[in-house]
Amino acid sequence: MNLDALMLARIQFGFTISFHILFPAITIGLASYLAVLEGCWLKTGKPVYRQLYHFWIKVFAVNFGMGVVSGLVMAYQFGTNWSYFSDFAGSITGPLLAYEVLTAFFLEAGFLGVMLFGWNRVGPGLHFFSTVMVALGTLMSATWILASNSWMQTPAGYEIINNQVVPVDWLAVIFNPSFPYRLVHMVIAAFLATALMVGASAGWHLLKRNDTPAIRKMLSMAMWMLLFVAPIQAMVGDFHGRNTLIHQPAKIAAIEGHWENTPGEAVPLTLFGWPDMQEEKTHFALDIPHLGSLILTHSWDGQFPGLKEFAKEDRPNSTIVFWSFRIMVGLGVLMIGLAFWAAWARWKGSLYRSPLLWRFALCMGPSGLIALLAGWYTTEIGRQPWVVYGVMRTADAVSPHGALEVGLTLILFVVVYFMVFGAGTVYMLRLIRKGPTAQELLPPGGPGEARTPSRPLSAAGRPQKPLVPDGRPAPINTDKDE
Amino acid sequence: MGIDLALLWAIIILFGVLMYVIMDGFDLGIGILFPFVPAKEDRDIMMNTVAPVWDGNETWLVLGGAGLLAAFPLAYSVILSAFMLPLIFMLLGLIFRGVAFEFRFKAEEHKRHWWDKAFILGSVTATFFQGVTLGAYMHGVQVIGRSYTGGPFDWVAPFPLFTGLGLLVAYALLGCTWLIFKTQDALHDRMLQLARPLTLTLMGVIGIISIWTPLTHSNIAERWFTLPNIFWFAPVPVLVLLTAFYLLRLLRQEPHAGPFLLTLALVFLGYSGLGISIWPYIIPPDISIWDASAPPQSQGFALVGALLIVPMILMYTAWSYYVFRGKVVSGEGYH
Ligand code: HDD
Ligand code: HEM
Ligand code: HEM
Repeated sequence: MNLDALMLARIQFGFTISFHILFPAITIGLASYLAVLEGCWLKTGKPVYRQLYHFWIKVFAVNFGMGVVSGLVMAYQFGTNWSYFSDFAGSITGPLLAYEVLTAFFLEAGFLGVMLFGWNRVGPGLHFFSTVMVALGTLMSATWILASNSWMQTPAGYEIINNQVVPVDWLAVIFNPSFPYRLVHMVIAAFLATALMVGASAGWHLLKRNDTPAIRKMLSMAMWMLLFVAPIQAMVGDFHGRNTLIHQPAKIAAIEGHWENTPGEAVPLTLFGWPDMQEEKTHFALDIPHLGSLILTHSWDGQFPGLKEFAKEDRPNSTIVFWSFRIMVGLGVLMIGLAFWAAWARWKGSLYRSPLLWRFALCMGPSGLIALLAGWYTTEIGRQPWVVYGVMRTADAVSPHGALEVGLTLILFVVVYFMVFGAGTVYMLRLIRKGPTAQELLPPGGPGEARTPSRPLSAAGRPQKPLVPDGRPAPINTDKDE
Repeated sequence: MGIDLALLWAIIILFGVLMYVIMDGFDLGIGILFPFVPAKEDRDIMMNTVAPVWDGNETWLVLGGAGLLAAFPLAYSVILSAFMLPLIFMLLGLIFRGVAFEFRFKAEEHKRHWWDKAFILGSVTATFFQGVTLGAYMHGVQVIGRSYTGGPFDWVAPFPLFTGLGLLVAYALLGCTWLIFKTQDALHDRMLQLARPLTLTLMGVIGIISIWTPLTHSNIAERWFTLPNIFWFAPVPVLVLLTAFYLLRLLRQEPHAGPFLLTLALVFLGYSGLGISIWPYIIPPDISIWDASAPPQSQGFALVGALLIVPMILMYTAWSYYVFRGKVVSGEGYH
């Protein structure tokens, strides 16, 4: 086996999926947020909701485009880079991916056009329906792809016949042991990442003294979301971890930098340290006695397997997952902190008078996405050296390519991704910096026109449109909140 | 069991790929035609004829890939690793093309031309490498056991490169007639001008491929010119000629949807010609759909979904086209 080509293929896959996952995360969160905004607008008729809808949908559109094109690459990477894996396990991952296309991608794509461009073409009910369908599509997409990924983590419901995986029980395949935890944890992560982005945008505008009802609404909604889901995320994470202990004990040992048990003694929690794979110990460990046992076994001195109990070639890289896990959990704790602080400020009536809080919200903007990546690195690197846990090794999964073509395509991916997705990120930030303006109170205009304020409305000498021509309830001054 | 799952899946995948070729064909064709239409207003209109639907069109490609993985994992793994380079070049092209729809309108005025270029380059690259892959695929894939044993650059050969160019012409004609259908006034007239030379070129391409293919591929020649296949095959060239003739005539009148429908017919005929040449080998020259099949548990499970859901997809896709029906004009409240 050509190790160089293998390493390059792994880097290529890790690189492309890391970019891809960022966009769907925001897509999942924003689509649901937009559905809520439109629902609130239809129900209450308050212009602020419509304004926010038309503001965030621009960001959504840019992000969605990037999610689609980066996802397209993923659907082909399995074959180009991991042909033996595809041949071996395609009988399981294939149908799951096919269902994802059928129930999720088409749903999103089919209703996206109406959601983005159909405001004046269909009635309010149908438009809302389209938004909801897109949001539903993003959630279904997450469900199927996570079933697939979770099956690779904790395979179930299959047999191996003639060196090929054969599904025998589809329900067991889909609802494999780690799937429910991973699905909930991931969807919440997407909601968190989006709420933090929305909250950071509001914080930025408030710091710039751009204090409008729309901005306040953004901050308020984002902080409510955080307050509800950040603590739940920590709880779900705890369950997820304890489930992993049952099914992938080597991963947990690596995450904890836990090498061996002393008979009869509790396992401490190593807060920080430097696990060393060669010397088989954790340097500079800062231990809290008993806490490891407490968290993972929920008992005062329970034990769980240490890394030394696994053959050397079956150990995941503890140095990496130890740290990626701590980054995720650390950020999660900070998110809970932000949520409680904001709740307290709201209770004291000072939510819109606390620059320090806004600054914190601003700094936390990217933390959701960083935690999400860190979590995935923990999960995927902790699964190594297996691609299908305990069934197929990564080294046996890779396509028979030379280092030349894999290296060449890797370089191309890196260059193109940074160029294209870099530009897209700049555009999203630019839209956010502009903030919801009075323009979103106008009906969205023609192609790339009123909807995209980068072009002056009068450029083509079009007549100015009346304020609310779309037959929607148009209460002008009922915006009483805040 | 009685149901030939492999056969049903082959039909579904062929249908998916055909949908892709037709639908993304006219999207990509618009990118290919961009250089012929310099005015910004016109380019806006061209893009906006497909902006609401391009994502759905591209999804058929994902269905092709996923369906192949689900039903014929061996074919998926062999074909994708054999054509890794052209496929990745195609994907990179699709990236530039896909983001250009949004980015073009988000860029500052003086930078917009970059995304116009990205749109053109992306569309041309994606189309060309799709054609290359198709040509190389027709040529056959070298397999020992269950893996590809050819080199990474085997697709660099005259025939695939020619099919790459040929596909550019086919997609350009699809895009052109789509615009005849969806636009009016000057842009419409410009497309009418372009349609005639494009049709003639496409006929040339089809002619060359029809001669070249049997000359260099004895196995295909054998299937074409033996009984009873020849009876299956004979109507195809006749229908192609008739359609092209009718198309050229229609272009002289004041057509709207007609030329597009006829181009669809042309593409369909070309596609079925290719299909007849290869069937039932999913990895030409000699691995058939039955050899490459996934276990029946996989094919059956996914088939239920496909049969139930594809009709629904067709319905809401049709609805979305219906919502955006009619001619696209500048400044219409639509984007
Ligand atoms: C906003 C993102 C985010 C936040 C704040 C957290 N996580 Fe997380 N975590 C993820 C986002 C994430 C993820 C990206 O969604 C992962 C990767 C794969 C998965 O299942 O979820 C993940 C994986 C993951 C795993 C690995 C499971 C496995 O591979 O088998 C564990 C044990 C935890 N998480 C536990 C936690 C705990 C105890 C948290 C306490 C605050 C926490 N996570 C916060
Ligand atoms: C949900 C569907 C996913 C599937 C089916 C999947 C599948 C795979 C496969 C086949 C590999 C190859 C084995 C290897 O390279 O070691 C891999 C590795 C990897 N994946 Fe995932 N993955 C998924 C999601 C993600 C996500 C969302 C991330 C986000 C960051 C991610 C990060 C990685 C990384 C970093 C590696 C390389 C690990 C290493 O080589 O040590 N994966 N995954
Ligand atoms: C390796 C694994 C993955 C593959 C093969 C994959 C494949 C794809 C493909 C082909 C698309 C484009 C769909 C279209 O054309 O409309 C896409 C988009 C999407 N994917 Fe992934 N994906 C993977 C991982 C994930 C993960 C882990 C998630 C989320 C949990 C996810 C969620 C989404 C969502 C929500 C979209 C919708 C479009 C958007 O991103 O804006 N994908 N994916």
